[in-house]
Amino acid sequence: MTRAGKIRDKLRREKLRWSKLYTFNCARPNPELIDFANPFNGLQGPGFSRKVQCNQPSLHRRKPLHYPSNYISTTKYNIITFLPKAIFEQFRRVANLYFLLAAVLSLTPIAPFSAVSMIAPLAFVVGLSMAKEAVEDWRRFMQDMKVNKRKVSIHKGDGNFCYKKWHKIFVGDVVKVEKDQFFPADLLLLSSSYEDGICYVETMNLDGETNLKVKRALDVTLHFDEDKTFKDFYATIRCENPNPSLYTFVGNLEYDKQVYSLDPTQILLRDSKLRNTSYIYGVVIFTGHDSKVMQNSTESPSKRSSIEKKMDYIIYILFTLLVLISSISSIGFAVYTKFGMPNWWYLQPENASTLYNPLMPALSGIFHLVTALIMYGYLIPVSLYVSIEVVKVLQAMFINQDIQMYDEDSGKPAEARTSNLNEELGQVDTILSDKTGTLTCNQMDFLKCSIAGVSYGVGSSEVEIAAAKRIASEFSGSPGHNCFPADYWDNNEDDSSVIQLEDGITCKVVKDPKPKIKGFSFEDDRLMQGNWVKEPTRGTFQMFFRVLAVCHTAIPEHDEESGTFTYEAESPDEGAFLVAAREFGFEFFKRTQSSVFIRESYPNPLEREFKILNLMEFNSKRKRMSVIVRDDSGQIILLCKGADSIIFDRLSKNGKMYEADTMKHLNEFGEAGLRTLALAYKVLDESEYSTWYAEFLRAKTAIGPDRDAQLERVADMMERELVLIGATAVEDKLQKGVPQCIDKLAQAGLKIWVLTGDKMETAINIGFACSLLRLGLKQISISTMNTDFLDQDAKKTIKDNILLQITNASRMVKLEMDPHAAFALIIDGKALSYALEDDMKHHFLGLAVSCASVICCRVSPKQKALVTRLVKEGTGKTTLAIGDGANDVGMIQEADIGVGISGVEGMQAVMASDFSIAQFRCLERLLVVHGHWCYKRIAQMVCYFFYKNIAFGLTLFYFEAYTGFSGQSVYEDWYMILFNIILTSLPVISLGVFEQDVSSEVCLQFPALYQQGPKNLFFDWSRIIAWTANGLYSSLVVFFINISIFYDQAFQSEGQTADMAAMGTTMFTCIIWAVNLQIALTMSHFTWIQHLFVWGSISTWYLFLFGYGFMSPVISGNAFHILIESLGPAPIYWITTFLVAAACNIPYFAHLYYQRLFHPLDHHVIQEIKYFKKDLTDEHMWTRERSKARQETKIGFTARVDAKIRQLKGKLQKKVSSLGVILELQS
Amino acid sequence: MMNDVSASAAGPSSGSGDRKNSKRPKYSRFTQQELPACKPILTPLWVISLFTLVGIIFVPIGLASLLASNDVVEIVDRYETACVPPSMINDKVGYIQNPAISKTCARVLKVPKDMDKPIYVYYQLDNFYQNHRRYVKSRNDKQLRDASKAYETSGCDPEKTTADGTPIVPCGLIAWSLFNDTYSFTHGNGESLTVNKKDISWKSDRDHKFGSDVYPKNFQSGALIGGGKLDSKKPLSEQEDLIVWMRTAALPTFRKLYGRIEEDLKENEIITVVLENNYNTYSFGGKKKLVLSTATWLGGKNDFLGIAYLSVGGLCFFLATTFTVLYLVTPRKLGDPSFLSWNSK
Repeated sequence: MTRAGKIRDKLRREKLRWSKLYTFNCARPNPELIDFANPFNGLQGPGFSRKVQCNQPSLHRRKPLHYPSNYISTTKYNIITFLPKAIFEQFRRVANLYFLLAAVLSLTPIAPFSAVSMIAPLAFVVGLSMAKEAVEDWRRFMQDMKVNKRKVSIHKGDGNFCYKKWHKIFVGDVVKVEKDQFFPADLLLLSSSYEDGICYVETMNLDGETNLKVKRALDVTLHFDEDKTFKDFYATIRCENPNPSLYTFVGNLEYDKQVYSLDPTQILLRDSKLRNTSYIYGVVIFTGHDSKVMQNSTESPSKRSSIEKKMDYIIYILFTLLVLISSISSIGFAVYTKFGMPNWWYLQPENASTLYNPLMPALSGIFHLVTALIMYGYLIPVSLYVSIEVVKVLQAMFINQDIQMYDEDSGKPAEARTSNLNEELGQVDTILSDKTGTLTCNQMDFLKCSIAGVSYGVGSSEVEIAAAKRIASEFSGSPGHNCFPADYWDNNEDDSSVIQLEDGITCKVVKDPKPKIKGFSFEDDRLMQGNWVKEPTRGTFQMFFRVLAVCHTAIPEHDEESGTFTYEAESPDEGAFLVAAREFGFEFFKRTQSSVFIRESYPNPLEREFKILNLMEFNSKRKRMSVIVRDDSGQIILLCKGADSIIFDRLSKNGKMYEADTMKHLNEFGEAGLRTLALAYKVLDESEYSTWYAEFLRAKTAIGPDRDAQLERVADMMERELVLIGATAVEDKLQKGVPQCIDKLAQAGLKIWVLTGDKMETAINIGFACSLLRLGLKQISISTMNTDFLDQDAKKTIKDNILLQITNASRMVKLEMDPHAAFALIIDGKALSYALEDDMKHHFLGLAVSCASVICCRVSPKQKALVTRLVKEGTGKTTLAIGDGANDVGMIQEADIGVGISGVEGMQAVMASDFSIAQFRCLERLLVVHGHWCYKRIAQMVCYFFYKNIAFGLTLFYFEAYTGFSGQSVYEDWYMILFNIILTSLPVISLGVFEQDVSSEVCLQFPALYQQGPKNLFFDWSRIIAWTANGLYSSLVVFFINISIFYDQAFQSEGQTADMAAMGTTMFTCIIWAVNLQIALTMSHFTWIQHLFVWGSISTWYLFLFGYGFMSPVISGNAFHILIESLGPAPIYWITTFLVAAACNIPYFAHLYYQRLFHPLDHHVIQEIKYFKKDLTDEHMWTRERSKARQETKIGFTARVDAKIRQLKGKLQKKVSSLGVILELQS
Repeated sequence: MMNDVSASAAGPSSGSGDRKNSKRPKYSRFTQQELPACKPILTPLWVISLFTLVGIIFVPIGLASLLASNDVVEIVDRYETACVPPSMINDKVGYIQNPAISKTCARVLKVPKDMDKPIYVYYQLDNFYQNHRRYVKSRNDKQLRDASKAYETSGCDPEKTTADGTPIVPCGLIAWSLFNDTYSFTHGNGESLTVNKKDISWKSDRDHKFGSDVYPKNFQSGALIGGGKLDSKKPLSEQEDLIVWMRTAALPTFRKLYGRIEEDLKENEIITVVLENNYNTYSFGGKKKLVLSTATWLGGKNDFLGIAYLSVGGLCFFLATTFTVLYLVTPRKLGDPSFLSWNSK
């Protein structure tokens, strides 16, 4: 065992009394004893009736204390309920219900078709959808089983523990959970491997927070820390009923005739994980679906894409059309029946049933209306929904399979969690993005620091590198390249490059794509390898590094493989500081109950112990953290780090030595988008400390609501008269490719809003880093005024003030003359809460929409959702929300499309999302490639579907008019069944799955193409009407050409005339040809699959006809031997098909060409360029157009680089001119 | 960039590398949507050639169809009014329903042009809704096919059974309303002209749909007599008039094959037709016509097909010309970037 390993073990054995460190959070008065006479104060209501008999699970298996077992099931169905429930689900769709009704009626003589022809397609369609449901549910079931089969150690009696499966756990069971295991149910913590009964819990799966939380057992249960002790453990818990609130718990523990109150700090929630603690013992309180996390799981709202919503309108229109022609038909029928039928002796009108009773034409007409409604059901595509479903599932499969959206780092591919919204991806107008974890990695890199008024650290950020490269290329004179920042990114791989400008200015670019040490990108020889020892102000340096190494709440963890320490810190900043301190030679390696141990390497290696006397935690209000330590020489020092504004206010007179310089550096760091903290210290003498400590103790033991305020006051007293040492600058590293992705998305015309919980300064910094903000962008900041002096009218005053700010800003935007001017709106959460009120939100939205970028800071999860709703409903455009944490769930569910980042934080966002991607940069491909394709595919597919069904359905109507509106169809029933299901479905599915107007590279190269989606070029009403008209035309051509040819004459040389079967079959052949040729014309991308499906469908028809003709005439009726005997040998059959197919498609073809010739759309031109390989022969044109295809952006990387270049050029000019002066002087 | 990433990923996570890679999508051209594809575009050359080609194909077909249609010689004689005795002209229904009045009627036809054998004899009915749903459904194919299934009369309403419940074979309205006018022809010189009534139906119908052991039973024996009667000695497969009639027509005006004259007829020849005008079309005002027609490879006389072909062919030529002219007048260079939306703004 390594030495470090031993140390760690020792540390474990020592069982830290951790609570001492947490003076604020965990300091609490001794557990109050509750008056036993009235133990249920607050627990008497109806919602607090749960009683748990600890260690007596058998009591909970039967009434009256029966609670569900720990078995969970997230499935929608089980074997018994599947059929009824799934069928019910299916027939909630209006269209399906209509078809069901039709199918039922088809069993009566009213139906125009045989029952099987109505039931078969419906059964097929419904069966397919149900099969999909079943598969999905099976997957959920398997997932549940995996969870249910996990094992945990459980007390089985007499102090013996054994492993049992999770689903066999009952309320009251005592379980032992070991390190890094999940809690199987909601537990009451009894004891842990630590003496004081604390344990660390990771709640990533619950709230997305990565930092560890501390839970504490009641003192009274602490002695139950061994298996054997549970032999005679009995207690009763009375608590609240199951509820979804994660942060509250009310209950009492009755043990040994005493009652102790319980609070959330003793509760371990299911799905969180035990960390840094060897084991814990706990009693199960809530099992299975009673547990808080299960109570919390909400079904994400089902979302529908705008195309689908529009499709509903079309369906309504078609329904209207259906009712209309059915009415015409039934009125016609009534008239014929009344006036014609009495004369038609061959129908035996005198014996007619009610369906055809000339004496009761009105009644017959009403019956006929039902018949007609069924018959013209072909206008409403029964297979449309199922085809779309199939297509979307396949599209989603392509999204999941896209290797370019696979993230190697996390090993996660993109995932379309729902397939409902694929085409919506192509119509996004606004992206609302979370910041931390989405744009940034939430991984801090120690990049620069300022110590004793000197700035250290030569590393530079990505933006600076790219700008430097571009400037270099500009100077080296390759103008062809200067508009393509993307190109710089592409060849940005070299670890470091030194760009030598012509005039001798060296811009050293250091970029380390693979930091040797995670969290540490600092580079400066003056400090590294102990070189700081040589600096004159060595003591200050030492103090600086000690602050980094000592002032924190982290726990070291030894990594056996590499032999170094990693740190389990509450915030990533702290982790970065500790890593930095380690690299500078101050390795924090051990923490005990009361001390922090540092191994200092310079000037001489030695270990130091710092006794922690007090620790005053960081919180957002204090914005600082301090520790009071006694070092090995006995000196008491206060070490403090905090926000610069706070620290600078608290400096002593002689502590301001470096104030001016540090301030300057802080500003520089801030401009570079870095997170800064100022570091300070103060040496205390013994008496000063003990006076203060007495005060502190008094505050700490105070009981009452103002205890926190008192503690804070005391802390504040101490944190004064500090001595400034320096400042740190940490880079909140942007995720890979974020600026480029934002740039591309902006070029594609998307608006990007950032909604973050961070404070305004940080948000602005990040805005700069990811190019949402830049110099020259006019920033409009809206925030509340100081709200310390709240009085009665405060709310109104604030509101008026914010309204004024908004109207002023709007006016300013309106009055702006410069067309290139851009504005950025930055609003903070408090102001936002007013701005989102009903009477103000439209002003706010109006302003926000006119700004190039919008950043909302300090927003709560609820506000994120509200902003999303405002944008969605206010602009009526498609919104996409992207985020990674539990706090983004509301926004993700509210937006039209929710995208979850399946990164490091929990799965909450992903579970709520519609699509999950591993990294923000994948969004570009998801939208610009897949979104664009899916939108066009679905749009074309739906249009074509309506065309095809209108073309087919109307021929039935025309024919009926020739049969005295009697409801006879010219086609065999089987033809009609096959029409939608087999003969025309595969080509349209292949259109929906495989169509590509341009290749994925071109989509990415020409972001402007994306705008076709938000502009809805392919599914607007004019297009839908045009397709409908096309269908109408085709139906007319098919029907009237056929009846004119097969009217009364012999149709072949043998003299026979065409009967209904021959005519119907010919007509049907014509339709098959016409619609399949039509789809071939619609497609622009033919792989072998499309060829197979389109031409295969036509062949299938002939094969079917051939085969059908060979079936017994009882089945095939008049179609018996029709192809080989009557139609096949007749040239007129083939000639007619040829004629009709051509006549149906020539107008569309001519239109297609005309449009391409005179009004080509962008993808037409690009297709042509590609077709003639002009992109290869004329690269200059190609690159020029690529750059022009970018939408004029006011935000994004391109704009940012421009700004940077201007700045550098300015500097250069100065330098050159000064050089010129020097040269002149020399000469 | 990717290389660097994978390298850095492999470093710290080499132990779990396999697990991570298992989620990596497998590369295939299919899943990456990179299948080789042909991406045809509409170039002027293609479009104009295609239109021209269609025109070139369609116009000859149209001409050939017209020629074929012109070759057909057709004699149409409408006789339903002419055959009613003048005294009954105001009570045609009474005339046809009165079995006492002789329905025999003689018509004289003149051959307008040489007619080569075979000459097809048709009867044509107008305003007769053989396609009415009630009518179309009123049959049972099983019964027609199989002697043992005489009781299969479902769908045959209201001509299922006789009053005592025995099935009618063939049942249903279609068979019941069988057309029963007959025609016999003589040359002008009195020599008889035989009409061959064999093989006027589809062979498959005779062989498979109408049983050779199924004999008419109880047919036209009810109170209501519809159309023609059947020889109960002959099996259904030989009752070709019935077989033809049972092929219901698609439209209310239709012709059905009556027989074939297998002799050439010379121009201006006079033919006498003696017909039995039995079938009642007077109730619903339907016309009856006797048609003698030759047939070509394309069938009977039908100018529409030729005209349609010529029109579509003509349209194609027109479009080809228009597009050529448009191309010459305002040529658009294909792939000309100035047509891109961002350039035309």
